Amino acid sequence: MNGVVLKERTGQVYEKGAGPFKLQCNLDSLPGAVSQRACVFCGSRVVLYPITDALHLIHGPIGCAVYTWDIRGALSSDRELHRFSFSTDLREKDVIFGGEKKLEAALLELIERYNPEAAFVYSTCIVGIIGDDIGAVCKRVSKKTGIKCIPVQSEGFKGNKRAGYEAACRALINLIGDGDIEGISPFSVNILGDFNLAGEIWIIKDYYRRMGIEVVSTITGDGRVKDISRAHGAKLNVVQCSGATLALAKMMKEKYGIPYIRVSYFGVDDMADALYRVADFFKDRQIMENTKALINDELNKLYPALKEFRRELAGKRAAIYVGGAFKAFSLIKAFRLLGMKVVLVGSQTGTKEDYEELEAITDPGTIIVDDSNPLELSEFLKEKKVDIFVGGVKERPIAYKLGIGFCDHNHERKEALEGFIGMYNFAKEVYSTVMSPVWRFVPRKEG
Amino acid sequence: MLNMTPKEIFERKALRINPAKTCQPIGALYASLGIHNCLPHSHGSQGCCAYHRSHLTRHYKEPIMASTSSFTEGSSVFGGGANLRQALKTIFQVYDPEIVAVHTTCLSETIGDDLPSLIKKAREDGIIPEGKFVIHTNTPSYVGSHVTGFSNMTAAMVKYFAKKNGASKDTINVVPGYVEPSDMREIKRLVGQMGIKYILFPDTSDVLDSPQRARFSMYPKGGVKIEDLKDTGSSKITLSLGKFASEGAATLLDQMCEVPYKVLDLPIGIAATDRFIEALIEVTGKEPPESITDERGRVVDIMTDMLQYFHGKKVAVFGDPDQVISMTEFLVHLGMKPVHIVTGTPGKYFERRIKEIVKGVVDNPNVKAFGDLFLLHQWIKNEPVDLLIGNTYGKYIARAEDIPFVRFGFPILDRIGHSYFPTVGYRGAMRLLEKMLDALLDRQDRDAPDSKFELVM
Repeated sequence: MNGVVLKERTGQVYEKGAGPFKLQCNLDSLPGAVSQRACVFCGSRVVLYPITDALHLIHGPIGCAVYTWDIRGALSSDRELHRFSFSTDLREKDVIFGGEKKLEAALLELIERYNPEAAFVYSTCIVGIIGDDIGAVCKRVSKKTGIKCIPVQSEGFKGNKRAGYEAACRALINLIGDGDIEGISPFSVNILGDFNLAGEIWIIKDYYRRMGIEVVSTITGDGRVKDISRAHGAKLNVVQCSGATLALAKMMKEKYGIPYIRVSYFGVDDMADALYRVADFFKDRQIMENTKALINDELNKLYPALKEFRRELAGKRAAIYVGGAFKAFSLIKAFRLLGMKVVLVGSQTGTKEDYEELEAITDPGTIIVDDSNPLELSEFLKEKKVDIFVGGVKERPIAYKLGIGFCDHNHERKEALEGFIGMYNFAKEVYSTVMSPVWRFVPRKEG
Repeated sequence: MLNMTPKEIFERKALRINPAKTCQPIGALYASLGIHNCLPHSHGSQGCCAYHRSHLTRHYKEPIMASTSSFTEGSSVFGGGANLRQALKTIFQVYDPEIVAVHTTCLSETIGDDLPSLIKKAREDGIIPEGKFVIHTNTPSYVGSHVTGFSNMTAAMVKYFAKKNGASKDTINVVPGYVEPSDMREIKRLVGQMGIKYILFPDTSDVLDSPQRARFSMYPKGGVKIEDLKDTGSSKITLSLGKFASEGAATLLDQMCEVPYKVLDLPIGIAATDRFIEALIEVTGKEPPESITDERGRVVDIMTDMLQYFHGKKVAVFGDPDQVISMTEFLVHLGMKPVHIVTGTPGKYFERRIKEIVKGVVDNPNVKAFGDLFLLHQWIKNEPVDLLIGNTYGKYIARAEDIPFVRFGFPILDRIGHSYFPTVGYRGAMRLLEKMLDALLDRQDRDAPDSKFELVM
């Protein structure tokens, strides 16, 4: 496998069982690599994007706005302001003379026209270089309009996507604390780190409702500014995923003393575990009973349905390459539940702890990789004789070109993959791609 | 979601709402993919490259390869020279392309990285191996649009390679413009059927429509070869299809190697294709074979068969300027009325040319270069249309106003076909006719009361 791995990257690839575990991560990508990673702006934008009644104005040249225009399918139950593309479309003369005036005019016009609950103003690479003070503009416009305008310091070059998550969280903390928290239940949570792709947050909210728990705010999927302003009234933050909003949970703990737990809503074990841990937190007999009943009920429906899939899929081999590593833990378990074997797992932004856990839960021989590239990935897929690859947009055609199945567990998923029903959807999707008749027509795979 | 678009139109200077263009580097990246064995390289932060690859992946459903200089805060302060050197080392060591085509981003442009000196130094220091090439173009995102980026990278191919070397005097250069791999393939087919020797550049066919072969290839078999690019300076003439995307390369070739050129509209629709064929006849003296005349005849036949369904229908069109210009002309020749026409790319020529085309057909057309879809939507609210033609983003307006919609241009993120079936040439015209008719007749069927629902149309 070392043939295609860059010399400088050998520390970022590990095959379980081959010597003591050591994996480098959180490094800047090597210049020249065909990296699958994005930038700070991308990180901030994806986190804040699903707040549907806020204005999202991108201060920069047009590209940054276009490439993030309604690209993730984060669903809304009412307002859809997040699906527009607003940009200052900086031109050469703005770069020379500064874009602050333009930004202010744009912001004022948009606030008047769309009457948003709040406004996020994203800083892009170029704005960082020309030195526009977006904070000052936001302050002035907030004062004039009474609408909270929040600068998001997301200059692309200031790190990778993870740094963008943090910039988004720093912006978000400004929204929290103003709302009236009277009457919030003692059994209440905020849902953090879910983006409501394919309506997933609605499934999870329903579970909490059935447990007897009030959801104060959802940050950020199907998010509303007013709910988020009351988030400090919740008793617990439940954080999903590897860390898009973890920084916010930490800030809220420090500022408001709200504890948090990290969960995953993917796969049966993790989903049940998430609900039990929330129930445990409240130490209420009724809530615990409700939770048990809910889980039993869901599992009784799910297991018979999974059996069919498992019979056909058992023994097939899977590879996982995702943005955040946390998702990978759940995926490994989900594949096991289907009798499948994970032979490659990697992420764009995993931390040291993430990879240690991955090493602990994978089988010997599994390749663990950080910040990989297409050439490496395709070699690994061939070498490990993979039947299905789980990844995002840029991984999909690579899998198909190799003649193997693919499942989008990133933001292009069209079926909800969270919750118990999500496990069923996942199994169905894996089945339909792995067992597709189309692979019969693929030329015989090379040795 | 677009129910908040107001009908009344007001002047906006500081604000773009729902753009009809994107930035230069993606166009440059696309053009670079049309060189054989080429790895496009983005000199800037990782995000740009990731976005461009995602966007192109969604449009072509193909792996899109490009590397990045991975700027950090340090590079944006001290310049990206070290990053580019490291990048070139990595690229040649691992990905082994024949050529690297570097485009800048707004970041590297603004900090002022001097690409020619950096490349020259890398060559002197042995970072660029013997026999390998590195070319570059400047593509600040705050100037022009993705079309400008395509044009700049195509011109860079000329700048770095074209030589008057006496290679072949009866070859013609064809610059196909910012079109699909299917269109490039079709242009080659037409020129080839005329028995003309040609060099087409860039050429993304067989790169971005590559067949399933159960393997992944960094460099699929297509793309213009470097020796052909070198020979462009000795060709008889350059035919540039599309003023916005293709004129730059042609004028440069003329300046450098005295190759005369003709700028034609993209051969979309019957008249523009006629002009392309006529130009081929004129510059080579060769006559088109019967097969091409037959193709043309079929297009006219469909037009006559179905003319009543097109006649008088109002249409709104948006997209890249070269495509929109030719499409507008085609619509006029179908007896339709293109009433609202928008491109996001700046350039006064666009408005002039469109007004010329619709003269006598539409009295006061709404035409805007450097416009956006918010404006187009407002126009449609004021004067509704029977058909909307444009890229994927038009679906919001089509839904909000309940208008039949034909996807055309870049990007198309939610359908396939565009990269396999051409819209240029007579065959392309046939496909456009089919798509437009389907959209109009599906609507007629859908809206017809039982009493007027007909089997034969």
